[in-house]
Amino acid sequence: MAARKLKEVDAVIIGLGWTGGILAKELSEAGLKVVALERGRMTTTEADFQLQQVRDELRYVQRQEMMQDASRDTVTMRNTPKQDALPVRRLGSFLPGEAVGGSGLHWSGGTWRWSDNEFKVRSLYEQRYGSKFISAEMSDLRDWGISYAELERYYDKFEYMAAVSGKAGNLNGRIQPGGNPFESPRAREYPLPPLKNVLSSQLFAEAATKAGYHPFPRPAANASRAYTNPDGASFGGCQYCGFCQRFGCEANAKASPHITVVPAALKSQNFELRTNAWVTQILKDPSAKRVTGVLYTNLLTGEELEQPASMVMLCTFTMNNTHMMLLSGIGQPYDPATQTGVIGRNYCYETRTGANLFFEGRTFNRFISAGGTNWVIDDFNANWDFDRAPHGFVGGYIVSAGHNTNLPIGNRPVPGGTPAWGTAWKQALAKWSDASMSITSSGGSMPHRYNYLDLDPTYKNAFNQPLLRMTFDFKENEHRMNAHAAQVVNELAKSLNATRMGSASGKPQSWTVVPYLSTHNGGGTPMGTDPKTSAVNPFLQSWDAHNLFVMGANVFPHNGAYQPTGLVGALAYRTADIIKSRYLKNPGPLVSA
Amino acid sequence: MDRDSEGRRAFLKGAVAGSAAAVTTALPGTASAQAAGSKATASAPATAGYVFLTPDEGAFIEAVVDHMVPADALTPKGTDLGLHIYIDRALASGWGKGERLYRQGPWKQGTGNQGYQLPLTPSELYRAAIPAADAACVKAYGKTFDKVTPEQREAFLVAMQQGKVTLENGPPVRIFFGMLYQNVMEGMFADPIYGGNRDKAGWKLVNFPGVIATNQQNIDKFRDRRMPTNPLGIADIS
Repeated sequence: MAARKLKEVDAVIIGLGWTGGILAKELSEAGLKVVALERGRMTTTEADFQLQQVRDELRYVQRQEMMQDASRDTVTMRNTPKQDALPVRRLGSFLPGEAVGGSGLHWSGGTWRWSDNEFKVRSLYEQRYGSKFISAEMSDLRDWGISYAELERYYDKFEYMAAVSGKAGNLNGRIQPGGNPFESPRAREYPLPPLKNVLSSQLFAEAATKAGYHPFPRPAANASRAYTNPDGASFGGCQYCGFCQRFGCEANAKASPHITVVPAALKSQNFELRTNAWVTQILKDPSAKRVTGVLYTNLLTGEELEQPASMVMLCTFTMNNTHMMLLSGIGQPYDPATQTGVIGRNYCYETRTGANLFFEGRTFNRFISAGGTNWVIDDFNANWDFDRAPHGFVGGYIVSAGHNTNLPIGNRPVPGGTPAWGTAWKQALAKWSDASMSITSSGGSMPHRYNYLDLDPTYKNAFNQPLLRMTFDFKENEHRMNAHAAQVVNELAKSLNATRMGSASGKPQSWTVVPYLSTHNGGGTPMGTDPKTSAVNPFLQSWDAHNLFVMGANVFPHNGAYQPTGLVGALAYRTADIIKSRYLKNPGPLVSA
Repeated sequence: MDRDSEGRRAFLKGAVAGSAAAVTTALPGTASAQAAGSKATASAPATAGYVFLTPDEGAFIEAVVDHMVPADALTPKGTDLGLHIYIDRALASGWGKGERLYRQGPWKQGTGNQGYQLPLTPSELYRAAIPAADAACVKAYGKTFDKVTPEQREAFLVAMQQGKVTLENGPPVRIFFGMLYQNVMEGMFADPIYGGNRDKAGWKLVNFPGVIATNQQNIDKFRDRRMPTNPLGIADIS
């Protein structure tokens, strides 16, 4: 049966998390008729995140209540193109959210300004280390076509909207005590002072300072005190409840789309939100380089509908955006054999390693924490003085400590050699679990010819559409970076003279779907200045359809060490601006191919 | 989300009603006595009938949780904490029936990196694995797991953990053991509304404060010294 065709609107937004929420607000305020289609349900703090129900580790962590329902839609995975990909039957390594607010409901709030080092990665490394420093298999490493200077005001806008608490390290070129000296210059301070530290971040900071590094509090969208943002959204002060990552915040202290940009958009008569609306395809006009709307199903009735629109904003989670492009046949799918095509290209992930420390006689009260109680060093990431030549890797890593969201089912630290059950296990838990802390590194991940996304030939989702297939493993660049990170982590850990220590491993790692690693997936629809190797131009406009804009970390050509959301948010604000200031006056390609 | 909690309560009430008709598997009297005698556990299941486990499966699970969590100076034993009840209710819940689990074939074993690939829901996995584990135990020690000595239980669990037991006509032993161990930990440390962690004994063991966590002052006040806790669960303030 043909889909029922609805009245055309100016813009349809697919997915209502951070980027969809930002565009919903900005475009509807500018007078456009905007419809958002979200496949999850409505979310409010009052209905969904009240004490005491919200403090339920089993429900939200182990049972993944706010995450994408893998029984309806998941991905398949394999490490190399020679293997058969199999479905990720239960989510593990990464956790996309599914509801109004998306992954912005359950993040920790880590908010960074990615620097020019990232956006000019190829030219900077070639200039300093020679072109041979970047291997042939990393040929997709590229300059992004954007600069920090043009993003500064959008980073600022996101930080003030999202109540980011932190300490500036570089104000208009002047280095500030207490902040990150390696950050790019910012025009003004963070809207809120940093969160308090905890004993583990305090000990880490002392050790890092002693070693000559430059520790600072991790900037986080956890309001360190009550705050009202420029759009009028109210935040409570963070209570360090320890239920941050994977949870909604009952205090409205953690920024989330459902308390900020979404209610701001809903104030406009121009904006309409439809939940339980599952988009299956973006419709294109085969005769012109444009899209005409979307096809979606109302999950409450099963009815299929067509929503025509002058513009389409693709705003779902990273991999799902790439999936939608492939399902819709927009842009040429990437083929690693010939290195042609753009959709699915440059898929990147994240590397981590860590050391566990146990201090006899110390008490960390590890259940007290926030997303921003971590302290960090950036000496091996944004610090361009760190010479990569002897270590042979591109990119960098940050190192941090600070007990973000340790809960008793999932986090039961005991020293190595402890039995897994019985009285001896309980004794060790009682003695050591609150006498423990860890130091971890998070590192970038560079594009590699054989790391990519395409459609799976075998497995289907609930709409009988092919699942997205991930082909990914960590490669030589990640192995070298991780080996270096493990050395730095272990030296810092040793300097703290713990009673017992489990060292960070610097051995090459292979990507596995269990356990959890990170939801900082990147790439798949990379931005760039060359339509032959990029899916979108630097304004995140599709090269293949000028009225389709693709948001999210999927536009990153490589993944840096920082969490992605600060950059994802800044890019969304920038796209909203360019649509309002240029595109609407003269719809067409913003960059000539 | 309230809907789900209500659903669970209704479900537990149903479980209580169902148990009257069901079972020969009696629970240790201490558990019921504790449940009846403590306000804090008033919403934990007051009776112990199983809604999913058969008597033989129940005997196996009870023996496992009492061995992994023995009575000692730190906590009562596993069945007195309701760990077997937790596992039974979990297997009967949406999770146990495969909620959020992608269940389409074709089915292949895959590499270790590809994660869980069996065509079984958690409840189906337990149903297939327990008789096979008991059969392996009989083969090794002449008796089912619930009847062997503590030393034999220890050796058998270690062998399962290390993949040295073969579950004939059953799933791969490491996959079963991994899920069983994870479920024991969940029963020990999840909120008592799920049937385990009775009297918050698991939380007390690790000084977890429970659902009330307003730490703006505590973060400084208790730096490097133990914060006194009297953990409250969801039912305590409902």
